[in-house]
Amino acid sequence: MNRSFLAEPVISIKGLRKSYGDTEAVRGIDLEVNRGEIFAFLGPNGAGKTTTVEILEGYRKRSGGEVAVLGMDPERAGREWRGRIGIVLQSCRLDPYLTARESLELYAGYYAHPRPVDEVIELVGLAGKADERTGKLSGGQQRRLDVGMALVGDPELLFLDEPTTGFDPAARRQAWEAIAGLRELGKTVFLTTHYMDEAQRLADRVAILSGGRVVARGAPEELGDRDSQPTVITYRGPGGEVSLTTTTPVETLNELTGRALAEGFALDGLEVKRPSLEDVYLELTEQPANGAVEQEVPQP
Amino acid sequence: MNMLIHQLRYDQKAFWRNPASVFFTVAFPVVLLLIFATVFNGQTIEVDGGIEITAYYVPAIITLAVISATMQSLAMSLVIAREDGRLKRGRGTPMPAWVFIAGRVGNSIVVALLMLGVIALLGRVLYDVPIPWDELPAIVVTLIIGAAAFSCLGIALTALIPSQDAAAPIVNALLLPLYFLSGIFIPDDELPSGVIEFANHFPIRDFFQAFFTAYLPGGDSGLDWGNLAVVAIWGVAGLLLAIRFFRWTPRSG
Repeated sequence: MNRSFLAEPVISIKGLRKSYGDTEAVRGIDLEVNRGEIFAFLGPNGAGKTTTVEILEGYRKRSGGEVAVLGMDPERAGREWRGRIGIVLQSCRLDPYLTARESLELYAGYYAHPRPVDEVIELVGLAGKADERTGKLSGGQQRRLDVGMALVGDPELLFLDEPTTGFDPAARRQAWEAIAGLRELGKTVFLTTHYMDEAQRLADRVAILSGGRVVARGAPEELGDRDSQPTVITYRGPGGEVSLTTTTPVETLNELTGRALAEGFALDGLEVKRPSLEDVYLELTEQPANGAVEQEVPQP
Repeated sequence: MNMLIHQLRYDQKAFWRNPASVFFTVAFPVVLLLIFATVFNGQTIEVDGGIEITAYYVPAIITLAVISATMQSLAMSLVIAREDGRLKRGRGTPMPAWVFIAGRVGNSIVVALLMLGVIALLGRVLYDVPIPWDELPAIVVTLIIGAAAFSCLGIALTALIPSQDAAAPIVNALLLPLYFLSGIFIPDDELPSGVIEFANHFPIRDFFQAFFTAYLPGGDSGLDWGNLAVVAIWGVAGLLLAIRFFRWTPRSG
């Protein structure tokens, strides 16, 4: 392997579009995912996440744009390519009559160089449940087994479509541990989620999708340019509830408290709020996509 | 080829652990044989110059068992796997599509052969219906042609079944009346000729006649090429429809 090979993005998308009849589900997406990173595709239901990920997996045909996954066009890629990716679908019930171990063995048989099944069982935290039929496993355990079945072929790239939707907090935490463990294996992970905290916890980089477009992208901590967003100061003054929005909170607060001391009124219920990631996310995804277009997209 | 044997092994495991598949394909034909052969035991019927009714029911119920192990079982289990997302998931692996389908069809043929043994043995032990050992090659060839054809029809039928809940009603609504009309439940000398004529348009009747011919000892037994050809044509038509209309992704959701 030479440097240029390593530097080549694992996923590269340019101007991706997908329409169903008159409805445009994906309206021009550009992005790259690099080797070894965990990339999260974050957005509300109906934003176009699953459509995009299924185009990358080769299940759907795109209407326009260019896509390369592991250097191949998924629409034309064959068995050898499928041996290099692992897929966890948004919803899939595993065969309830096979045990966890048998399900993994079955899938291992499809690949040229599978990982040892016991190792995978350990990796997804199912050591105590390996000989349990999958129908008897909890939802969270089934999902981790599903991740294990995607891992057993030892793929370079893993697609996880909403891996923790519908989980209770404990099950989510366990799933997160399993996914975070993939980083140590050097896998590239493309994850979709509608949970902000999931993206924040797992991803190196995030793209927020709304109405078929990417409306923000970056490392979780710098998403939506949170540092330069205005601060909101609220309090109850003599005239009732007051809310101030400011980009210079230190000066504004100094002025406010100075006035309160000088004029002798209390700042009841004083609150200083910076936008949380959740706020940024909600603001970005609730606005009509037109108002928050990150890139130039010709309007139909 | 190794992958096919691998697939077949796990299909077999899953099949035998599924109470619904074991009931419909194994227990149901056995129960039917016990009911029909016990209730009508001792009667003779005007078929093939007069035979014991039990000698009629053994090949009739084997015919039914072969169709349930193939067409019925495949249509139901493939729709369930499709709607669960398992077919789609499998397509995302390097496993070739033909391995998956061949595994399922192979599984059905194994079960059909096993049912041949079970019903033939019960017929021999309980009702003194001789097992025509001399005809074994013709019986096995007939059974395999039928099993392959009804497997193809079962796979094609999945295209008409929109959901898991619809699978059993659609399959049964199609097969149960045809079993009756084709003389599987009621001996064909007691059915009006119009009924038989109607049933002749469907492959269950053809397969039953071919299998009956192969199973009856002596006389004009052996391979009934005419009826087998009709069954095979149905099978090929099913295969072409399956190739055209079979889908790997769930219809719902």
